[in-house]
Amino acid sequence: MLLIDCPFCGPRNESEFSFGGPALTPRPSDPAAVSDADWVDWLTVPPNPMGLVEERWWHARGCGSWLTICRHTVTHEITEVRLGR
Amino acid sequence: MTIMQRYSALSLLRHALGSHRGWAPAWQSPPLRDRYQAIIVGAGGHGLAAAYYLAKEHGLTDVAVLEAGWLGGGNVARNTVTIRSNYMRDESIPFYVKSVAMFDGLTRDLNFNMMHSKRTMVDVLQTWGMVRDRRRRKLIMDIYGSTYEDIPVAELRRRVPALTGGGPDSRLPILGAAVHTDAAVNRHDAVAWGYARAASAMGVAIHQQTPVTRLLRGPDGAIEGVETPRGTVRAKTVALAVSGHTTTLTETAGLRLPLRTINLTAFVSEPVKPVVDVIVNCPDLGVYLSQSDKGELVIGGATDLGQSFRRDIKQSVFEDTVSALLELFPAFARLKLMRQWGGHLDMAHDASPIVSMTDIPGLIVSAGWWGGYKAIPAGGAGLAHLIATGRPDPLVAPFGLNRFRNLDYVVETGTTTAR
Repeated sequence: MLLIDCPFCGPRNESEFSFGGPALTPRPSDPAAVSDADWVDWLTVPPNPMGLVEERWWHARGCGSWLTICRHTVTHEITEVRLGR
Repeated sequence: MTIMQRYSALSLLRHALGSHRGWAPAWQSPPLRDRYQAIIVGAGGHGLAAAYYLAKEHGLTDVAVLEAGWLGGGNVARNTVTIRSNYMRDESIPFYVKSVAMFDGLTRDLNFNMMHSKRTMVDVLQTWGMVRDRRRRKLIMDIYGSTYEDIPVAELRRRVPALTGGGPDSRLPILGAAVHTDAAVNRHDAVAWGYARAASAMGVAIHQQTPVTRLLRGPDGAIEGVETPRGTVRAKTVALAVSGHTTTLTETAGLRLPLRTINLTAFVSEPVKPVVDVIVNCPDLGVYLSQSDKGELVIGGATDLGQSFRRDIKQSVFEDTVSALLELFPAFARLKLMRQWGGHLDMAHDASPIVSMTDIPGLIVSAGWWGGYKAIPAGGAGLAHLIATGRPDPLVAPFGLNRFRNLDYVVETGTTTAR
């Protein structure tokens, strides 16, 4: 069970949150300049390390805010929680 | 090449007279050479099946199967042995129908008792959306000869007497059920050992305790071999069948793939007298179970959604699964749970498998298997075809990496975990 330190509510159980998927890198600002291959890459290829990943969690049964957390995929250790992206 | 010692009732009797001292080892452990025609990384179900079909169908026996741990210790042991073909997409159903048929004949094919039990699967439907989904699936499956039929609630309760929950006053009353008669369970160790024994008898070299740490590329960019703590092993063709660690390995050669590694878990109860003789799947609650021949209830649930390379169960997933189970089977509250396990699997962007050549010449991946256990024979045969010929066979052709490039996804909702 993850213990996510919500900036508004303090440390809360994972069961209060909904998983929102991996935090994608920012959308390319000039779409026309991006090749088809790079678009597909941006859309479908997430980082998949045995290490830290950034992901979005929604405090749905809490304050309702969207958080981005930095979590280790082997130890589940959370190194950073921030509001929004 | 060695002669495989045949197993039969007669051979059992004969060896009993010799106090069982005359049995030959089931597979050979030859020394590791530094060059093979092809290397398969991962001696799980898919890797061993591919090695077997490479030797049997394509006559290619100069093959090494490299396994980080021990035979039958990876995800082939970390599943719920459910074999079924109730899928949704035109690309998936024929593939899984073929795989189920291959599983049905596997005991005879490998001369190894799979303890195959064709016991049907019953879906318990508790929302109208799910009822409509299963009717739609039934119509699609009819086209491909896979079986699915509706039964009323009274018939469901007759077939599964332990299912006493889900009455009219419950949170999610049972509305109906769908029966998939092709579904089966078997013994996972037998699948790994049977394929290993048959492949080894044809000359394939299986090397346990040989983890691959890095993929090697030649000056032309093509794959050249792999690095292991036991030394460098070279081959012109390297196939990866390593489940959750696919990207861990491909990234050592600079190849990124549309895969995320996720943890899927199950647990078993203490052994009890026969109580459920079918596989029960409850898609609305996210729990499924069957009873093993030993009497243990084998129970699986939903995935832990975030990326994870862990092999244990997360407390929240465990609690959700157990509470879902007890809604339908309240009597199971008295069962003691014995063991839990998890496996890390990689899920592709569209939740369908990938059996494909890659951008690195000579490197082949078989990945993204969700419920890959049921796909072992057909997936292994497809991987073998790709290794031997360089072209996909028609059944796995839709599962190439090109589908991402062309945004031509196979969005499969038939996996237990893709809900």
